[in-house]
Amino acid sequence: MTILTETRGGVTRRSILKGSAALGGAALVTKVTGFPALAQEPVTLRYLSTAVNQSPAIAEKAGEDLGIKIEYIAVTTDDVAKRVITQPNSFDLVDTEYFALPKLLPSGNIMGLDAKKIKLADKIATVIRDGTVDGKKVGLDGTAPTEVLYLPDEEATEFASEPTDFLTLIPTTYNADTLGIRPDLIDGPVDSWAALLDPKFKGKAATLNIPSIGIMDAAMAIEARGDMKYADKGNMTRDEIDATIAALIEAKRNGQFRAFWTDFNESVNLMASGEVVIQSMWSPAVTAVRTQGIACKYQPLKEGYRAWASGFGLPIAIDDREKDAAYEFINWFLSGWAGAHLAKQGYYTAVLETTEQAMEPYEWAYWFEGKPAEKDIMSPDGKLLEKAGAVRDGGSYNERMGAVACWNAVMDENIYMIRKWNEFIAA
Amino acid sequence: MDAAARTGASNAEKGASTATRNRRTSWTPAWVPYAQAAPLALVFFLFFVLPLVATFVVSFWNYTEYSIEPAFVFSNYQDVFYGCFSGSSRLCTTFATYLSTLKFVAIVWAVTLFIGFTVAYFLAFHVRTLPMQIALFMVCTIPFWTSNVIRMISWIPLLGRNGLVNETLQSIGLIDAPLEWLLYSDFAVTLALVHLYTLFMVVPIFNSMMRIDRSLIEAAYDAGASGWQTLTNIIIPLVKPGILIGSIFVVTIVTGDYLTIGIMGGQQIASVGKVIQTQINFLQFPIAAANAIVLLAVVLVTIWGMLRLVDIRKEL
Repeated sequence: MTILTETRGGVTRRSILKGSAALGGAALVTKVTGFPALAQEPVTLRYLSTAVNQSPAIAEKAGEDLGIKIEYIAVTTDDVAKRVITQPNSFDLVDTEYFALPKLLPSGNIMGLDAKKIKLADKIATVIRDGTVDGKKVGLDGTAPTEVLYLPDEEATEFASEPTDFLTLIPTTYNADTLGIRPDLIDGPVDSWAALLDPKFKGKAATLNIPSIGIMDAAMAIEARGDMKYADKGNMTRDEIDATIAALIEAKRNGQFRAFWTDFNESVNLMASGEVVIQSMWSPAVTAVRTQGIACKYQPLKEGYRAWASGFGLPIAIDDREKDAAYEFINWFLSGWAGAHLAKQGYYTAVLETTEQAMEPYEWAYWFEGKPAEKDIMSPDGKLLEKAGAVRDGGSYNERMGAVACWNAVMDENIYMIRKWNEFIAA
Repeated sequence: MDAAARTGASNAEKGASTATRNRRTSWTPAWVPYAQAAPLALVFFLFFVLPLVATFVVSFWNYTEYSIEPAFVFSNYQDVFYGCFSGSSRLCTTFATYLSTLKFVAIVWAVTLFIGFTVAYFLAFHVRTLPMQIALFMVCTIPFWTSNVIRMISWIPLLGRNGLVNETLQSIGLIDAPLEWLLYSDFAVTLALVHLYTLFMVVPIFNSMMRIDRSLIEAAYDAGASGWQTLTNIIIPLVKPGILIGSIFVVTIVTGDYLTIGIMGGQQIASVGKVIQTQINFLQFPIAAANAIVLLAVVLVTIWGMLRLVDIRKEL
C-alpha cells in the first residue's frame, strides 16, 4: 500500500515555474523568477521520507526559526528508495536509511554533503562516524553507516574507504531494534532472539514481511538457537540464504507465526489485540501499544540489537537556492530543538550534546542515561508515556547502542534473497 | 423453416438498411461517430494500451538494484518459473502461488454462485412488487457504501483470538480455548472474499431472471413440471448469461486480489499480486512485469474458456 500525501498537491509554484521556463525557454518567462518580490518569498523544501520522521511541529518550528517552508512527502520505507531512483526531481531533501545507499548511490541521483558546510559535522555521534560507542567497537554486520558515510567527492557514485569531507547522509534518527513482547501474556523470561522461533510461542509470534529486515531478524534467531553461524548476517551467501529460508519455512509449516506485517501500524494492532505476544518490532510501535494502556516491553536480548540509521541526503538536481536552504535546515536540525523533539519519541539523534541541551535534565536522564524517571515522561504532543520511576527498556544509550550486533542491510545477493523470500511466503 | 424464413427476412432488412446507409441521407458527416468514440478510445489508449505495451516490453529487460536496462532476454520469465520444471516433488513458488489462488477462486466462485443465485431468485420470483424489489436490491448494495478495505478490516475484531465470536462461544461454553482458525487463515480469506464479491453475482443473475418470460414458467407448471424441473429446465438455462457474467467478475477479481488475501491471511498466504508488489518495492520492475504478463495470460485464458461455455452475445 502506498500512502502518498503531498501537503500542497502535486504541483508547486516551483515546478510550474520550472515547467514554463523549460517550455518557453523565453527570456521573458525565465526572468519572472528574478523578480525581487518573488525572490523574497520563503523557499520551500520538499522533504521526502517515511511518515514516522515527519513531525508537523518540526516543520512549523523550522518555518518560524528559518523562514523555510517544509513540505512533507510521506511514503513507505521502500517507496523512499524507489522515488529517489525513479523520480529524482520530485524532492529537495530526502531522509532515507543508510542501508538503502548501496542502491541509491550508484544511480547517481544523490550528491554528497560538504562536511565543511555542516557546523556540527565533527560532533556527529561516533556510532555513525566510526562505529564505536564510548570508545568500544559495535557489531558492524550488514550495512553499517560508517561503511557508507564517506564519499571521495560531491558527485561520486562509489563510497570512499576512509573518512573524507563529503558525507552521503547526515543522520536524523537511529535506534537499536529488538523483539517486542507482551509481558502480561508470557510466562518466564525472554532473553534471546531464539524466542522468536521457540515453539513455546507457537501461533503467537509475528515477523516482518519486509524481506531485507525480516531475514535479519530470522538470522539473529537462527544463530541464537545455535543452528548455524553467519559470516556476515547482513551479507549472506546463497547457501546461508537457503538455510535461513528453509528454517523459516519449517517454522511457518509448524504454525509458529500468527501473521506477518509490513506496516508499522499493523504491528501495533497485532500486539495490542493479543493476537501476537512476541514479534519483531520498532521502538515507536512499542510506545504506541503502551499509550493504549497495554503492557508491552522492548525486550533487550543477550545477542544484541539490530540497528538502523536514517539521514538527510540531497538530490543531484537541486537548485542553488534550495541547496543553501537545505544546508541551513540541516544545520538547524542538528542544533538541538528538532533532536530533542525526536528523542522524546525514543529515537537517538545525530548530535547528542545539542540534544542534551535542548531537553529537560530529567528527560535526558530517562531517555539517554537509563535512569529512573524523576517525573512523568510525556510524549512531544503531551501524552503520558511513562509514570515517574519507570526505566527505559534496555537502559542507557551506551548500553543499548553499545550492544548493537548488526545493521539493516541490502545484500549483494538481494535479488536472490527476494526470490527465496517469496518462496517462504508461498510455502 | 419458419426460422429460416425469418433469418432471410432479417437479412433482407439488413441489406436494405445498408443500402440506405450508402445513399447517405443523414446530415451527420462521416467523421462524427469517430469523434464521438475518440475520447474514450484516447483514454483507453493512453492509460490501458500504452502501459500494457510498456509492461510487456519491460518484461524482457535486464535490471540491477537501481536500474533497468533495455534488452531482449527471457531471464525474467525463467526466474518466474524458476524450479517449476526441475522435476522435484515440491512445487515451485509460482505454481504453489497459482494453486493457492486457484483454490480460493474455486471455493469463492462456488459459494458466491450459490448465495448469489438464491438471493437473486428470491428477489426475482418471491418478491411480488417492483418497488419492493428495488428497495431490497438497494439493501444488498449497502455494504458497498463503505470502502472494501473497511469492510475487510471490520472482520478482524469479530474473528480475532479475543474477538466477539470467540468470546461469545466461550461464554456460552461451546469451546474451552479460542478458535485459532477464525482469523489469519484460509477460512478468513474465503469469508472476506465471499462477503466482498457476492453482489457481483447477484446483480447479473437477478438481471437475467427478470427478463425471463413468466408465461414460460406457467407453461412448465401447466405441463406438469415439478418445481425442481422448472428450475433445472427453464430458469437455469435462461440465466446462464447472468451466471457467466457474474462468474467472470468473481473469477477475475479473486485471481488478481492481494489486499484481502494479505489482510485476512495475515500475509502468510501467497498471492500473485503480493509477489509483484514485493518485487516492485525492491525495484525489480522487469521480473514484476513478467509476473504481471503471466497473470494477465492466465486471466485471459480463463475468460476465453468461460466464454466458450456460453455464447454470451447470442444470449444478450
